[in-house]
Amino acid sequence: MRIGAPREIIPGEARVALTPESAAQLVRLGHSCLVEAGAGAASGITDAAYRAAGVEVVADAAALWQGAEVVVKVRPPEPAEIARLRAGQTLIAFFMPAQNPALLEQARATGATVIAMDMVPRISRAQKMDALSSMANLAGYRAVIEAANSFGRFFTGQVTAAGKIPPAKVLVVGAGVAGLAAIGAAVSLGAVTHAFDVRPEVAEQIESMGAAFVYLDFAPAQDGAATGGYAAPQSEEFRQAQLAKFRELAPDMDIVITTALIPGRPAPRLWTADMVAAMKPGSVIVDLAAERGGNCELTRPDQRIVTDNGVVVIGYTDFPSRMAAQASSLYASNIRHMLADLTPGKDGAVVQDMEDDVIRGATVAHAGAITFPPPPPKVKAIAAVKPREKPKELAPAERRALELAAFRAQTRNQFGLLAIGGGLVLLAGLFAPASFMSHFIVFVLAVFIGFQVIWNVSHALHTPLMAITNAISSIIIVGALMQIGPGSFLVILLAALAVFMAGINIVGGFMVTRRMLAMFQKS
Amino acid sequence: MEQGFTTAAYVVAAVLFILALGGLSGQESAKRAVWYGIVGMALAVVSSLVGPGAGNWGLSVALIAGGGAIGLIVARRVQMTAMPQLVAAMHSLVGLAAVFIGYNAESEMVRIAHLQAAGDGPALAALTGFAARVAAKTSAEIGVLQVEVFLGVFIGAVTFTGSVVAFGKLAGRIDGKPRQLPGGHLLNAAAAAAAAVLLLLYLQGAGPWTLILMSFLAFFVGYHLIMGIGGADMPVVVSMLNSYSGWAAAAIGFSLSNDLLIVTGALVGSSGAILSYIMCKAMNRSFVSVILGGFGGASGPAMAIEGEQVAIDAESVAALLNDAESVIIVPGYGMAVAQAQGAVSDLTRKLRARGKTVRFGIHPVAGRLPGHMNVLLAEAKVPYDIVLEMDEINDDFPTTDVAIVIGSNDIVNPAAQEDPNSPIAGMPVLEVWKARHVIVSKRGQGTGYSGIENPLFFKENTRMFYGDAKKSLDLLMPLVD
Repeated sequence: MRIGAPREIIPGEARVALTPESAAQLVRLGHSCLVEAGAGAASGITDAAYRAAGVEVVADAAALWQGAEVVVKVRPPEPAEIARLRAGQTLIAFFMPAQNPALLEQARATGATVIAMDMVPRISRAQKMDALSSMANLAGYRAVIEAANSFGRFFTGQVTAAGKIPPAKVLVVGAGVAGLAAIGAAVSLGAVTHAFDVRPEVAEQIESMGAAFVYLDFAPAQDGAATGGYAAPQSEEFRQAQLAKFRELAPDMDIVITTALIPGRPAPRLWTADMVAAMKPGSVIVDLAAERGGNCELTRPDQRIVTDNGVVVIGYTDFPSRMAAQASSLYASNIRHMLADLTPGKDGAVVQDMEDDVIRGATVAHAGAITFPPPPPKVKAIAAVKPREKPKELAPAERRALELAAFRAQTRNQFGLLAIGGGLVLLAGLFAPASFMSHFIVFVLAVFIGFQVIWNVSHALHTPLMAITNAISSIIIVGALMQIGPGSFLVILLAALAVFMAGINIVGGFMVTRRMLAMFQKS
Repeated sequence: MEQGFTTAAYVVAAVLFILALGGLSGQESAKRAVWYGIVGMALAVVSSLVGPGAGNWGLSVALIAGGGAIGLIVARRVQMTAMPQLVAAMHSLVGLAAVFIGYNAESEMVRIAHLQAAGDGPALAALTGFAARVAAKTSAEIGVLQVEVFLGVFIGAVTFTGSVVAFGKLAGRIDGKPRQLPGGHLLNAAAAAAAAVLLLLYLQGAGPWTLILMSFLAFFVGYHLIMGIGGADMPVVVSMLNSYSGWAAAAIGFSLSNDLLIVTGALVGSSGAILSYIMCKAMNRSFVSVILGGFGGASGPAMAIEGEQVAIDAESVAALLNDAESVIIVPGYGMAVAQAQGAVSDLTRKLRARGKTVRFGIHPVAGRLPGHMNVLLAEAKVPYDIVLEMDEINDDFPTTDVAIVIGSNDIVNPAAQEDPNSPIAGMPVLEVWKARHVIVSKRGQGTGYSGIENPLFFKENTRMFYGDAKKSLDLLMPLVD
């Protein structure tokens, strides 16, 4: 198949869906690649770099759409681009089918197959093609960088000769991929970072990134696993409790990064105008949900505004594009993985397997029909959180009682074993001759010493232990030596053989033990 | 020389043997302890040579020297990876020696019985050593002696063939899969029962043929028992045979009324028994189930595994390692097979030189011999203080950046904890999956010895580094900086 990446026509979009690296991987799958001239320029990829990777560079968009059987791009297609789509062609791009029904209808009418990168289901197997996550990761990082750019102070606290500098306080609202990336970036810049999320199960992830989880004491927590790991809408009471918490935090925070989104809905309003008013002058709010209306009431999409009390509100919607080189390489890699799943035979033939959870989920139009929304995936995204049983705290009295009971049981056991063992020995003593019993005592004591000694042997030395016990079990040679003296020929022969074999064993066993032990060295 | 001197030498030798085993509690004291063992053995041999009843001096010394030379050559040449088969081979020698000595004891008894029957007073009076003691025994004592000889020969014979088969399996000359004749363990039981009947006949005075027939039955039991046990259970088998060789020596000690043999045999026997117990516990299986061979059937459907095995290339592994602060390496039998311990050691040295924490987690049954991995790593000059036991390291996985699994499978299988229906449910395992990243170096997608799927390979933080362990590591080495 010929896979082509056009130049993005939306102004300001710097990403590109194909890089020389991803093209090289696609060639291995049996595909050939083409790219529109100048498509990678904004990401810092020259046409020459594409050519060097064996990608054909075509002059304009018309030639590309004509020449490519699979078109890969970043942004949802513009109507002008859809018009170039033809039956049998495949388009892979962000599509937002829920928000763009008209566009979807237009795409369906062409008879082409449309795979929406934003519809890739959230299952483990599909993570490698989850472009939303890889873009969100960039956005989270970039949000902190943008905030730092507008924030006139250090992030990290310092004590200098000129005085003490307090660390910046950062609040991240929504700990999805973007939120966690933002936490990571803020923490590594040295800020004191707090994070909030409606899903209590992410508290562990937040803490693992080095931020403090803002705990909201509200009983009916929702199970995020039921919604594929995404947040779901909240009850009104919960919302009020949440806003009250934010109001309490607002005056204290220097930087607020909001990333709260609920799939298929406008962004929830979490940071109200009065919270902004309560913040200190010079504080910065970065609203990553600006494209869907913003989490902050004052957000204006694509703009950076300064409020009357000197708070900066950043509502850019193009964070990934601001890091075009990185974004392009990640996105191209996601696309490459998607194509790898679409090319199971690695023979350059794209198979649109509508039974496959991932491909089915991402395909929004196929063979002249709209295939959105997809049926729920057969595999659940995240295993349901099992309710964890807390080990019961025992009262000291109970614990003591338990210990006492355990000790008693042990004592009983020991007494029992001793009684049985002793009884057996006594019984043997009744019948066995005295000469036997004197040896028997030696035997029992030796077994006893053996058990005491061997338990202390270090696990690491078990092999040398076997080798040395092997060597000393050749003590049997003593028996053979006693027999080799007088007696018949047969006796001497057998004894001689036994001496010979034991001789091998003695020297071999001790030498090999020594060799092994000499190897154990301390660092 | 007098009997008193020999006994005194035996006491000293026994104490030295106990000290030799006790010294193995630490790597440094062990280096000293092995000398205790050598001195003890030398003392025992010399005092027996000069002791009462000994003769054929020249022959004895020549045989010991000849055998010793062979032992020396073998010990010098053996590869550390071949240690399991060497240990098994040496067990077989002890077993066979016990059989021969048992036969000799029987032949002495017969000879003396004849003399007594003939009333040959002067000849009886001329007897020395073992023979003199036999002659002095009452009939009850002779009965006990016969039981002792019988037991010694039986255990020795089982040890002999069992060890030979174990040697063959470990050396790869016999297929490692459990294999039994039709009838399975019933055959073993029948052979053992027949041996018991022969014991009764023997005590009735049926003659030496019972002893010889019994040894053939015991040879069969040893062979068939070990043939029915699979390769990964070999740590238990080898330590069990180790134990048997000790009990055989003790039984022979009883028949020869030799306390040194009894003490030493008991020490070795209990040592092997404890090792077997530790190995069984590490597999969460009872001794009986190991002996009966194979894994028991699953008690229900195994948990379905979700996800896919994601492969990784050397460059990405190197990137992970370069970023990592702490690394834990979990080696298994696969490392021994690929002879990769040197490469592992080089990697460890390189990573440690970069200031990273590198440690090893060793499962008690990793490899084919108790402590096998420790010896291999020591051979490759990995310092022993970074080689830790399972219990010492299991709590550290959550704070570890990268866990590298090299050639082990069942001992890192999370199904042991997560899936109550799994055949290995409840077996203690190394919790590598709790590390941030897990890299599994493995030849292909196959299952482990137990034949069960390993959910570890499907976990999100696991990456499969396919290929021969040594080649993979050699590939990786230049990329790690």
